Amino acid sequence: MQATIINNALNAPQRDEDLLRRAKAGDLGAFETLTTRYERQVYSLALRILRQEQDAEDVTQQTFLSALENLAGFREEAGFSTWLFRIATYAALKVIRKRKGLDTVSLEAATEPQDSYDTIPHPEFIADWRQSPELLAQQHETRQLIDEALAQLNEKYRLVFLLRDVEGMSVKETAEALGISDTNVKVRLLRARLQLREQLTRAFGDERRRLAPHRHDEV
Amino acid sequence: MKCDELLALLNGYVDGDMAPGLCEELEKHLAGCNPCQVVVDNIRKTITLYKEGKPCELPLDFRERLHVALHERWKQTQMNGR
Repeated sequence: MQATIINNALNAPQRDEDLLRRAKAGDLGAFETLTTRYERQVYSLALRILRQEQDAEDVTQQTFLSALENLAGFREEAGFSTWLFRIATYAALKVIRKRKGLDTVSLEAATEPQDSYDTIPHPEFIADWRQSPELLAQQHETRQLIDEALAQLNEKYRLVFLLRDVEGMSVKETAEALGISDTNVKVRLLRARLQLREQLTRAFGDERRRLAPHRHDEV
Repeated sequence: MKCDELLALLNGYVDGDMAPGLCEELEKHLAGCNPCQVVVDNIRKTITLYKEGKPCELPLDFRERLHVALHERWKQTQMNGR
C-alpha cells in the first residue's frame, strides 16, 4: 500500500510552478516537460491565427525559445501557460502585420470603416445541440468541423474571437493587440459568435427540435 | 425591444457584463422566448467547444526540430552564464 502511494506521488503530473522553479534553476528536463505539455496548444493557437503550417511552426518555435530566454524575468503573476499563449499571440499578429506590409500596431488600414451593430445577421437555425460540448470535444470529427467554421470567418472576426473567447484577453487588451477600438472589438466578437453559432448549430443541433426564429419588433 | 437591440445585448449578457436594469429586462424577455434562450445557450456552448477542444498534433519532424533548437539555445544561455 505504502509503495502504491509513493509510486502514485512520483507519477503524479508535476505542477507548472514546480517545473518552472526547476527550469529557472537550470534543469533543462523540467523545461522540456513544460514544452511537451503546451507545445500542441501553442501550435494550434498559432495555426488558427495564421492558417498556414510553416508560419505556425515558426511562431511556435519562437515562442518556446523566447520563453526559454526570458525565464529568469518571468514574474509568474499570470500562469506559465497564459504567458506562453500571450507570447505566441503577439508573435502571430506580428506575422500578419508583416504579410500585409504594415508597420503600425493596427492590423488594418486606418481607412477601414468602423463596424456597427446595424445589419447584424439574425440567427436562423435555432435548436438545442444533441450533445454537450464536453462530449463533442472528444469526438474526432468535431475538430475538423470547428476549424472549418473558424476558417470561414472573416479574419477581422476570427482574430477577435480567438483573442477574446479562446485566449481570454480583455476587451482592452484585445483592442490594443489588434490596434482597433473597444467598440470594434465588441461588434466583431458578436458577429464572430453569431456566425460560429449558426454554423455549428447546423452541424450539432437536433433537427427534430428546431425552433422558428422569434420576431422581436415589439416586446 | 427590437431584434437588433436584443442581439447587440446578447454579448454582454453571455459575458455577465450588463447593467442590472438592462439585464432584468433581457431576462424577462428570455423567460418568455424559447428561441432566444436557445440562441444564448448555443453561444455559450460554441465558446466552450473552442476553449475545451483538443489541440492538434505537431508535425513529427517539427517536434524534433523544436526540441533540438531548444537544446541548442539552452546550451548557449548556459555558456553565457545565465
